[in-house]
Amino acid sequence: MVPRIARVRRRQRDLKDVWTLDLEMEDGSDLAFKAGQFNMLTAFGVGEAPISISGDPAKPGGGLVHTIREVGAVSGALARLTPGSAIGVRGPFGTEWPVAEARGSDVVVLTGGLGLAPLRGVIYSLLANRRHYGKIALLYGARGPDEILFRSELEKWRCMLDIELLVTVDHAESDWHGSVGVVTTLVPRADFDPDHTIAMVCGPEIMMRFGIAALRDKGVSDQSIYVSMERSMKCAIGLCGHCQLGPVFVCKDGPVFRNDQLAPLMAAKER
Amino acid sequence: MEGLERIVREHPFFAGMKEEFLELISSCAKNVRFEAGEYVFREGQPADQFYLLRSGRVAIQLSAPERVLTVQTVGEDEIVGASWLVPPYRWGFDAKALELSRAIAMDAACLRGKCEGDHDLGYEMMKRFMPVLIQRLHATRLQILDVYGVHN
Amino acid sequence: MDQDRARTGQISTIDTKGLQALLDVLAERGYRVVGPTLRDQAIVYDDIKTVKDLPAGWTDKQDGGRYSLARRSDGALFGYAVGPHSWKRFLWPPVQQLFRATREGDAVKVTAEPAATERFAFIGVRACELHAIEIQDEVFMNGAMSDSHYRSRRENAFLVAVNCGTAGGTCFCVSMKTGPKAERGFDLALTELVAAGKHLFTIETGSDKGREILAALPRQPAKQEDLAAAEAVVEKTAASMGRTMRTDDLHELLLGNLDHPRWDQVAERCMSCANCTMVCPTCFCMTVEETSDLAGVESSRSRRWDSCFTMDHSYVHGGSVRASAKSRYRQWLTHKLATWIDQFGSSGCVGCGRCITWCPVGIDITEEVAAIRDGRPR
Repeated sequence: MVPRIARVRRRQRDLKDVWTLDLEMEDGSDLAFKAGQFNMLTAFGVGEAPISISGDPAKPGGGLVHTIREVGAVSGALARLTPGSAIGVRGPFGTEWPVAEARGSDVVVLTGGLGLAPLRGVIYSLLANRRHYGKIALLYGARGPDEILFRSELEKWRCMLDIELLVTVDHAESDWHGSVGVVTTLVPRADFDPDHTIAMVCGPEIMMRFGIAALRDKGVSDQSIYVSMERSMKCAIGLCGHCQLGPVFVCKDGPVFRNDQLAPLMAAKER
Repeated sequence: MEGLERIVREHPFFAGMKEEFLELISSCAKNVRFEAGEYVFREGQPADQFYLLRSGRVAIQLSAPERVLTVQTVGEDEIVGASWLVPPYRWGFDAKALELSRAIAMDAACLRGKCEGDHDLGYEMMKRFMPVLIQRLHATRLQILDVYGVHN
Repeated sequence: MDQDRARTGQISTIDTKGLQALLDVLAERGYRVVGPTLRDQAIVYDDIKTVKDLPAGWTDKQDGGRYSLARRSDGALFGYAVGPHSWKRFLWPPVQQLFRATREGDAVKVTAEPAATERFAFIGVRACELHAIEIQDEVFMNGAMSDSHYRSRRENAFLVAVNCGTAGGTCFCVSMKTGPKAERGFDLALTELVAAGKHLFTIETGSDKGREILAALPRQPAKQEDLAAAEAVVEKTAASMGRTMRTDDLHELLLGNLDHPRWDQVAERCMSCANCTMVCPTCFCMTVEETSDLAGVESSRSRRWDSCFTMDHSYVHGGSVRASAKSRYRQWLTHKLATWIDQFGSSGCVGCGRCITWCPVGIDITEEVAAIRDGRPR
């Protein structure tokens, strides 16, 4: 439970309150990770928080790229660290997205808001190994046009001829000529074979709940849907008890779960 | 018009509909197109047609002081317009084509009349329209929840 | 099995002088000797030096939301059940520093807190408490991550168990199959025999460490009548349990009834005070705290006991997942009796009854479980 020291190498503003921090370990080592995993980052003197790794698993240093939204004392302190500042790192923790299992299938990435961050590594992997997958549909929803995360990358991906990328926003002014409506409405429109698809869903819990419903309506089975859950975490190693969801610990049995395992746990409210 | 009947029959909204109903409906249909920026209908106008989009994108919009808000966009194979179904048959929103959009326009009065005359046709239309409305209601509720917002 | 040991002479008896010798030998060997003592009208676990520190002639009267001490008619040293303390306060202290961090310009140096070198000797560990320690061993040492702080205290600890001569008013170790007899996990185990003119302890060994310490004590081989008396003590205790709980169906019963109306009823009484989690010998939830000096130069992180009854326990951005008292009580009970089995291979409950005794409103988990099973509303 003791962090290693790293330094902030680069700090980039993604949105008004969202930052991407690029770190380097003080001892020069790399941090190998699988997309879906997270690190516990320490702002010394303030505290520690679980932060999604949003880098490319195939690139050195990918495991040290984190996207942080300022929502409290710790995330705020982390987001404000300037290049050269010391930062504590523990990790990587948790389970990964089924990038390997999805080979040979169509892939649907259904995400909204900040949920794109833990899935960005997946998208890099899918695009770098395009021939191993069938149809690829990336479905992304944001609150408004100003809150589209990684917009320039999304625009780049949209230009690719062999993937489908649909972006929608919940609200917009009239200068937005793209889609307006919740991200779940993209599911019926997307082109994929429900019987041979792996779906990966990440975003606010309500969005995921309805996103799963939309996928099921289209015929995707629970065994083919993967979800990333978020719970309070203090230790990330299954000891503090905070992240329990029924019998599972989200920090070590998750955060990525297959929906046939997850759905029964989510059946009762406030579990 | 034979060409129009084929277009109506092929539109996913009418998939599986009986031949006789398709014939009835086609007589209320016509082909239309809207250029980018052109209004399909405006708030307050009589809701005398509804549209089955064949291609393009239409924004459902509301005007407020110094702002125009887009509350939803409708795309290929989707329906624009529900107010034609219920009195007082007036549009509650603006609908503007964001890009060149082609549609089948259904004459509302004609179709309402045909449904009154043949209740089986009426029920068929209702069965097709209700899921669209329910899905829109659910989606709108999700929009209201503002799930991506920062909650304190 | 006891007859076998008597034949091979491995059970001995000691008197109260022998017990004092045990405390002395342990202290001489560098152990910090901790045992039951009277304080603040309760029997708590604290440092002890002599037999006089033990609560001679005292017993406890326990019921839902009630704890008081009463005088016994004999001078038994261990004539009570369990108090508000459990041994987890020593093996898993309420506050444990994890590391210190010092800022030097832009750089930060982190110094991990070394594992404790303290060696505890616990005097008077009940059978249920041995099981509780075994359960916490599973949580802290046998998973993928082993906690070095727990491990060092645990591996260095010397456990002197005591077989219960008195069942507590809220005890149900018989139902949970965790007592009243200490079967394993101890270094030495005593059974107190108090009768007219006689005050003896049968003492059996459970480990090499125990054998080594016993060899240094003045003792006699146990007589047949003392062995029989010791058996009788345990049998009498087993027959006078304060509570019972049927356990064979708990996993399905609780997890299959997450929307049972009983949860709403218990929630009306539960104040989310977290007493139950603090007195429970197996509860392990913790939180982490970072503190810093005003200059921002020195900071440290420590972990401290936490409780699933707090709103903070399940807080994520947007709100607590378990906002209602009902959901938090349900989480505690279903974890303790059901999902603990999925996670660690055994129940989390040892039937010590502390949660019943120390609940300010006397919520009784044996009653709650029975009510869900019977379907009857309160």
